[in-house]
Amino acid sequence: MLSVTEHKEIEFSSELIKQFDEIVSRYPQGKQKSALLPVLHLVQAEYGWVSPEAMDQVAAYLQIKPIEVYEVATFYTMFFLRPQGKYVLEVCRTGPCCLVGAEKIMSHIEKTLGVKEGEVTPDGKFSWRGVECLAACGMAPVLQIGPDYTFYENLTEESVDKLIENLKNKI
Amino acid sequence: MARKLLFENINVPGINTLEVYRQHGGYRSVEKALKTMTPEAVVEEVKTSGLRGRGGAGFPTGMKWSFLAKPEGKERYLVCNGDESEPGTFKDRYLMTHIPHLLIEGMIVASYALGAKTSYIYVRGEMMPQIRILERAIAEAKNAGLLGKNILGSGYDLELYVQPGGGAYICGEETALIESLEGKRGNPRIKPPFPAISGLYACPTVVNNVETIAAVVPIINDGGEEYAKVGIGRSTGTKLISASGNLKKPGVYEIELGLPVEEFIYSEEYCGGIANGKRLKAVVAGGSSVPILPVNLILNTINGQPRLMTYESLSDGGFQSGTMLGSGGFIAFDEDQCIVRNTWNFSRFYHHESCGQCSPCREGTGWMEKVLHRLEYGHGKMSDIDLLVDVSKKIEGNTICPLGDAAAWPVASAIRHFRDEFEWHVNSPKEAMERNYGLAKYADPLPKLEEVSQN
Repeated sequence: MLSVTEHKEIEFSSELIKQFDEIVSRYPQGKQKSALLPVLHLVQAEYGWVSPEAMDQVAAYLQIKPIEVYEVATFYTMFFLRPQGKYVLEVCRTGPCCLVGAEKIMSHIEKTLGVKEGEVTPDGKFSWRGVECLAACGMAPVLQIGPDYTFYENLTEESVDKLIENLKNKI
Repeated sequence: MARKLLFENINVPGINTLEVYRQHGGYRSVEKALKTMTPEAVVEEVKTSGLRGRGGAGFPTGMKWSFLAKPEGKERYLVCNGDESEPGTFKDRYLMTHIPHLLIEGMIVASYALGAKTSYIYVRGEMMPQIRILERAIAEAKNAGLLGKNILGSGYDLELYVQPGGGAYICGEETALIESLEGKRGNPRIKPPFPAISGLYACPTVVNNVETIAAVVPIINDGGEEYAKVGIGRSTGTKLISASGNLKKPGVYEIELGLPVEEFIYSEEYCGGIANGKRLKAVVAGGSSVPILPVNLILNTINGQPRLMTYESLSDGGFQSGTMLGSGGFIAFDEDQCIVRNTWNFSRFYHHESCGQCSPCREGTGWMEKVLHRLEYGHGKMSDIDLLVDVSKKIEGNTICPLGDAAAWPVASAIRHFRDEFEWHVNSPKEAMERNYGLAKYADPLPKLEEVSQN
């Protein structure tokens, strides 16, 4: 899971650091570790995933040990520990969604994109995975796409096809 | 027409903006509480109202607030639990999306009552759009002098922030939520000490669900006594029910507690009955963690009394023949659904979400998922069914937090009420992969209680 295959130096931009600073200001003095989850979200929005190098830089910024970042990034399911497709389609796979066809939607996505869960399409544009309950059961089946987590509800095979087409045509 | 204490104005265009929200009476409770009431008086109103935690546990809110320790020199915190992750539940998403100022108003009044100067709304990370909505609404409120220093000239200061989660159902448990807020893995803490004594940053803390905080607004506006007039017995006020599954009209409904379950499922005012001309087979009434019931036990108690949407009525019969109101995540299963498959699906969820601290939960949820998988896919043994019950009993009560119980109850209740469907999967594996078990006897009227005890 955490395997260092290529070492890429990264440096956070000053805009990103400014955003980090604002987040740290929300907590009492000395409790800047509370900023860890919001900061990791910003890192993932910036780079598409959370790399070991990024995690080391976050640890340095927050003045905590690298292990304190690694243990959080590996616990919470939203953080990608490997590069993903540009658009990651996350489909809810828990009970209430399955009652109204979520599993069929996931099979359809697998067929349309031509990749299994967790794999990236050859053009690097898409990956997909099933996730646990997204708290939208009344509008099921649903999927979301990060980093803004735009939400798509009441999915049908047609609406999924349209969504993928639209994303394919985006620059 | 049933009273709507939270959602009265939810369909007004622009109600998600401060201007429209205030035009319709928004932030009156802040004026009233901060300018005319002491914090203690606010706590008393909430106690009088009989409000119970709306996240799922149903603990009396006023009592929880009164437990808050007030040592000199230590900060106190109010944290709102917006980690909504209980399968079947989506009411908080709806509330935060459409009427965010209701939550903010509740947070200000509740923070004042508890003496908190900084409060956090913890929202699950997947709800990034809702986080942005709340941040925008907080900025609007701050610009209007409703947050920050000296709110409305009352002398009360409050800073309010939104904190994202990272994708973990366990962070809905209050101590795991606090751990997450401190920037750590979501491992629940052993209680005692309770958050009211030592919570966020080891300071006295109260954690309340989104809906609970929102309910503070009508309670302060109209008084606790008025709130307690709605509902029955110890189930006072209104509850947001998230209805999903095979219903004609799934969605979020604000109901007065005490509404008959049958009316909730079938009347046009609510779910409108089962979709596609099918018949109801089973219901999970309060989120995946509560016992599943066949239709003959959800519409009536074992005594033949019609079941009502209240904490007491749904729990009538205990684990033998009852369930719980829980989070109000109401999932309806029609006759084509496979109970074994759904139980496997839920057990996969709990295994995935187990934080891993406690061996019974970490290992037991995995075992249940494996055994249910082989039952569903035609490799099950008859002894597997009792094995599942045995494992569920060994998890229950042996864990630091209730996730273990929450994982055990769906499995135990599915086998208790639908054992013949499980046995059919063992005896007819090929058939079970090709067709559904159907409604069988799950809608049959129950034998009269006197006859049962004679046997």
